[in-house]
Amino acid sequence: MTADLKLYEEIKNSGIDLILSLPCILLKGILTLINEKKEIQHIPITREEEGVGIAAGAYLGGKTPAILMQNSGLGNSVNAIKSLLELYRIPIIFIISHRGVEGERIPAQIPMGELTPNLLDILNIKKFIIDSIENIKELKKAINFNKKSKNSVAILLKRSLWNDL
Amino acid sequence: MKRYDAIKKIMESLTVEIIICNLGAPSRELYNIEDRDENFYMLGSMGLVSSLSFGLAISKPNKKIICIDGDGSILMNLGSLSTIANTNPQNLTLIVIDNSSYGSTGDQKTYTNYKTKLDVIAKGAGFESIVVIKEAEEIMPKLKNLGVGCHFVLIKVDPGNAQVENIPLKPEDIRIRFMKAISRA
Ligand SMILES: [Mg+2]
Repeated sequence: MTADLKLYEEIKNSGIDLILSLPCILLKGILTLINEKKEIQHIPITREEEGVGIAAGAYLGGKTPAILMQNSGLGNSVNAIKSLLELYRIPIIFIISHRGVEGERIPAQIPMGELTPNLLDILNIKKFIIDSIENIKELKKAINFNKKSKNSVAILLKRSLWNDL
Repeated sequence: MKRYDAIKKIMESLTVEIIICNLGAPSRELYNIEDRDENFYMLGSMGLVSSLSFGLAISKPNKKIICIDGDGSILMNLGSLSTIANTNPQNLTLIVIDNSSYGSTGDQKTYTNYKTKLDVIAKGAGFESIVVIKEAEEIMPKLKNLGVGCHFVLIKVDPGNAQVENIPLKPEDIRIRFMKAISRA
């Protein structure tokens, strides 16, 4: 099974029932699967912060939403993470392609890529790393933690996940 | 007509609808006019009230959701209009009370005071139902006339806030009370 298909199955089985997305080249395969299979409601968004707002509303309405995005979008979401999610204690799942680190060829990705783990720490968002097909199971751990602790979580997808094919 | 008068008329037009209200003066005025369990008051994250309302609308397709937004706030999150219009939830009314100013921070003018037309932006984003209201007497009949659908309602008002108290509720209590209320049949 390819990394994308395995990750897709894991997301589907995790209870996530709404995906709010912005694309990244690393997320191309998983987005294609989400669109083709039509098993999970999927709404493309225009900016990551908007996704935080939509996810918060969906959570109030009883859904388990996840925001699928590139790590650059974390910067666009900081205020909403604090003054919406933390303020009202609304726990959201972020599934993030982690650009700007090992294997990155685009210089513009590097500053935010290097900041991303520290930024998540400062935001008090627990990180779960998926860097190979074997540890796609980290997703389930992340979601269990999200449900039990009522804290937002970030699942960082590393480029090496897709090198494993 | 000022924002306070508009919110008062909106409340008189409604029965069981869920309301999500923009932060600052609008939420304080709504709290003063009619606090109810089905009101969700935004206290932070300017710009996101339309997104939160939309997220709720797609999760609760059998409930009518009313969003009370403002001109400065929607100008901060114009992409939201495209997302909403293209998804087209049939239970969402997005009301923008446009006083052409940042009312909660000292009435600095927004661009709707000059060339920007929010109803035209909404049309361009893809909204099919757009209502523009300029007089207080129009609010009740026009809101009552809206059927099932995804509506954009622009209410033009003069700047100015009512002198009302702060909302004494804790953010988490607002959320818990609201979630309980909307999960009731
Ligand atoms: Mg205003």
